[in-house]
Order: sequence, then C-alpha cells, then structure tokens
Amino acid sequence: MFERMIRSNWFVPITVILIILFLLPIAAPRFYVYILALIYVTALLAMSLNMVVGHGGMFQFHHAVFYGVGAYTVALMLTKTKLPLWVGFIAGPLVAAITGLIIGWFCVRLTRLYFGMLQISLGSLIWAIVFRWYSFTGGDDGIHGVSMPSFLSSLNHSYYFILVVFLICLVLMYMIFRSPFGSTLQAIRDNAQRCEAVGINVRLYQLGGIVVATFFAGVAGVLFVVLERSVFAEMLFWVLSLEIFIMCLLGGWFTFAGPILGAAMIVALRTFVGKYTEYWTLILGVILILVIFFLPEGVMGFFQDLLKPASKELSERGR
Amino acid sequence: MTFGGAELICQLLVGISRSMILFIVCAGLSFVLGVLRVPNIAHGSLYMIGAFATFSITKMFAGSTGFWIALILAPLLVALVSLIAERALFQHLYQREHLMLLLFTFAISLILGDLVKIVWGAEYKSVSAPALLKGSISLLGASFPRYNLFLILIGPLVAIALWLFTIKTKIGKISRAAAVDREMVGVLGINVSWVFAIAFVIGCYLAGVGGALVAPTVSITLGMDHTLIIEAFLIVIIGGLGNMWGALVGSLIFGITHSFGVLFWPQFAIVFPYIAVVIVLLLRPKGLLKSVW
Repeated sequence: MFERMIRSNWFVPITVILIILFLLPIAAPRFYVYILALIYVTALLAMSLNMVVGHGGMFQFHHAVFYGVGAYTVALMLTKTKLPLWVGFIAGPLVAAITGLIIGWFCVRLTRLYFGMLQISLGSLIWAIVFRWYSFTGGDDGIHGVSMPSFLSSLNHSYYFILVVFLICLVLMYMIFRSPFGSTLQAIRDNAQRCEAVGINVRLYQLGGIVVATFFAGVAGVLFVVLERSVFAEMLFWVLSLEIFIMCLLGGWFTFAGPILGAAMIVALRTFVGKYTEYWTLILGVILILVIFFLPEGVMGFFQDLLKPASKELSERGR
Repeated sequence: MTFGGAELICQLLVGISRSMILFIVCAGLSFVLGVLRVPNIAHGSLYMIGAFATFSITKMFAGSTGFWIALILAPLLVALVSLIAERALFQHLYQREHLMLLLFTFAISLILGDLVKIVWGAEYKSVSAPALLKGSISLLGASFPRYNLFLILIGPLVAIALWLFTIKTKIGKISRAAAVDREMVGVLGINVSWVFAIAFVIGCYLAGVGGALVAPTVSITLGMDHTLIIEAFLIVIIGGLGNMWGALVGSLIFGITHSFGVLFWPQFAIVFPYIAVVIVLLLRPKGLLKSVW
C-alpha cells in the first residue's frame, strides 16, 4: 500500500502541502493560524456530512445537531465533572454517534424528503431542549471558558492537535470510502432497489453510514471546543446544517476532498469579506446562485471533469 | 397544577389564532410545493419582508388606517418581489433536483435576509394593532385579546378564498392539473411557464399576508424568517404535501400543542410541537391528508 502511495502522482504535492501546514505556525501570524484551524474543524464537519449525502445519497438535513451534541458533551463534561480530559474527548464523538444511531433508526424507515424532514424535527427537538435548558446547557448563552490542560493552552498547540486529529480522520474516512462498506453505500445511492434485490440490507447500511458520519461530526465538535473553548446553541440550529450542505455543494458532492475546499471557501469568505462588510451572506448567496447555475457539480467536480474528460465519457457509455 | 376551564379554552383559542397565521403562510408554501415542486426556503424571508413592510407602511399614515392599508399593500409588495425572483431566476431551474432547489432557495433567502438588513436595519421593530382591534374582550370570565379573535376570523376566510380559487377559477384548475402532470398541461397548449409564475406569486403573496398579520403580535426582527420557515416545512409535511386542508390541520396541531406547552411547561413550550410532528411522522410518514406528489 505504501509503495503504491509513493508512486502515485499525488504523493509529492500532498507531502509538500503537509510540510507547509506543519511549518506554518512558526511563520504565520496568530490570526491566520486560527483561521486555518477553524477551516480544519469545518472541513471535517463538511466531509462527515458528505459521507451520508454525497456518497450515501441520504437527505441528512440536520447534520449540525451531531456536531453540536459532540461539542456540548465535551464542554459539559469538562465544566461540570472532574473527569479527565481524554474521557471527554472520547465521549463527545461517542455520544454524537449514539444520537446519530437513535435519530437515524427512525429516519431510515423513510426516504428522501420525508427522511430529511423527520430528521429536522428530531434535530430541532434536541436544539429546542439545549436552547431552553438554562440551568444545564446555558440556554442561548451557551457555555464559555472551557478550561484546557497545559498541552493545549496556546493556539499553536491547539493548531497541531487539531491538524493531527483532522489528518487521522481524513485517512480513516478515505479508508471507509474505499472499503466494501463505502462501496455498498455508494451503490445504494445509485440504485437502492437493485441493492435490495441483490440481498443488501439497505436500511442497515444506511444506518451504519449515519452512525459513522455522526461520529466524525462529533469529533469536529470536540475540535471546535479545543479551538474556541466555548459552545453555543446556534451550533445545533438548522441554518448551520444548510451551511454545511452548501460547503459540500461548493466543493462538489461526489468528490472525496471537495468539501474541504467548500469549507475553506466559506470560512475564508466569512472572515475576509466579513471584515469589510456586514453583508457577507449576500455575497455568499450570489456566489451560491452562480455555482448552482454554472457549476452544478461543484468547483472540485468541475476541475475533475476538466482533467478527466475521457473517463467521464467512458463511465457515461457504461451506464 | 390545576387550571380553570375558562383558562384552558382561552389558551386553546390563543393557540388557534396563532395557528391561523401559520396556516396562511403554510398554505402558500404548500401551494408552491404542490404546483411547482419547489421547496421554497425563501418563503420565510418573504414573510419577514411582509412584516417589515407592514411596519413601514403603518408608520407612514397617522392613526389606525395605516395598518389596514399595510394589510393590502405589504403582501402586494411581497408578491412583486417574488414575481421578479421567479422571472429572473426560478423559472430556469424547475427541472433541477429537489436538493439543488432547496439550496438555491436558501441562497435567495440569504440575499433577501441581507437586503432586509440594508433597508430596515438590525433593530427590533413593532407595530401596534389598529384601535378597533386593541384591548381585549371578556370571554367566560377570562380576558381574550381582540386581535387574536380577528385572526381566528380571518384564517377561515383565507382558506375558503384559496379553496374557491383552486376549484372555481381557470388558473386554479390549470395549476391543480399542472401539479399532477405538468407535461400533459404543456401538451394541451397552455403556457405552463406563466401558470407557474402565477402560482408562485400567489403562494408568496400568502407569505406576505401572514407577515402583515403577524406584525402586531410579535417584535419584528431579523431571524424571524429562520424560526418560521422550519415550522412551516414541518407543518406542510405532516399535513400532506400540496394539500391546503393538510396545511390547516398541521398548523392547528403545531399552534395548539405550542399554546398548551406554554400553559403547562413554559420553559420547554417550543419542544411540544416538535414532539407532535415526530409522532405524526412516525405514524403517518406521508402526512395526515393526501399528498399531491
């Protein structure tokens, strides 16, 4: 496997990018280090959504809930209990995955729009509880000032921690994407009926996909707490869910790395355009409309098509 | 906890009056979903524009005539905005898949949201009800706001008007036919593009009416579109897509569970409607009444 990796065309550029990312905090100003770390967190969240939406073809309309549940779990454990840090870090993704299992168990009985709407109502239920339960979750104020141990105290340390976790998750997600499990999910996306006929338990696989994706969303939630040291109820609001959706769309649904690009675009847009004008969502809306009109496969999908016109033609002929 | 019968009935009526605003907005959303198959997230933004426009128009006139004029003009303004959006953008995208349309309408709602911020600013606004509807009447010993009574009366009026429109008028009939089979309608030589435009504008007009009616009862603020649209979608889904009576039933479920939530456990009142929606979706995933999809 390693031999194949080294021989691949991507090996050199990826290594160069990784070295740059690891060396960056030494030279770059704090602000850029922070923005990059935020991009990793958001990208991980967008990729976890893409596992179910792009690769699984499910209408996962309320993904932000699992991100928020992961973040709130770790923040609550660190502020309300004396449990060691790592317990919280493991509990965050696990609780998110369990929430995913419960919500997904209800949702996979339905299809498409109904699936999405049931998920929105179940997710909004969790949001409403978090939003109103002032004594426990802090309500709409959220929780601020979550204390971190000394090895995560400075921004650079948090940056490295987030980068390493992000890369580990990336490798894991790629392995899942390429595994028989991942291929089965993609097959279900393309033709659920045929998969059923071949004897695949479609609902079980979909539920599995949701659990895996919500686990990674929980990891992203934990990383958010590491970076920001606070959580707030908007993390579970449906507007964020649609924003993540937009990241997947901007980057490209069907590509593996597209959502990273989409997340980077949104975070950069909010930070840099937001500096000059408070109307950055207006610009986001216009960009989105342009993408929908002219690049329906997303930016990454567009370039992939440019690079590999022959293979696309082949796959179309194969259909 | 014990409550008197009068209190319960009053709370029920408050719930129904809130449901009527929801119903008017949801009937529009459901109509657009049924005829055009567009899950229009921007519907909430149009509702917000309706409320803000009502604020501005009411301020322009002295006394309580302003509100009545606003009730007519604000929805028309919303209809105009939606007509522009439909002719310029929506009409090119009807063939796209739902997910794409959803994100597209979300993009429109982002733009409209910021436009509202540019025009009206970020402060809270409030509209006072006209003199005729101010104050409250006594009902079984409890006091009940007059404005809510007005809402309870106007809701059924809108329902009947919309129902007559869809079964009696030619455009209504064509739009019902287009909801079932749009290609066939096109084959019959009807200009489907304009039928869609009219249906879209009527749906959005209802969002404007809802926004104008809600204005005296809440503080008008940015973000009111976000809370409303998600409720509206859930109501349309539990009622049955494209079914106007379904929207009515869904709105009543949503409004009444919320108002009883306020009575019994105010802190978590907003949780109750969501629980009701989950129960309905688990028992009848395709909605309570027949969907046109």
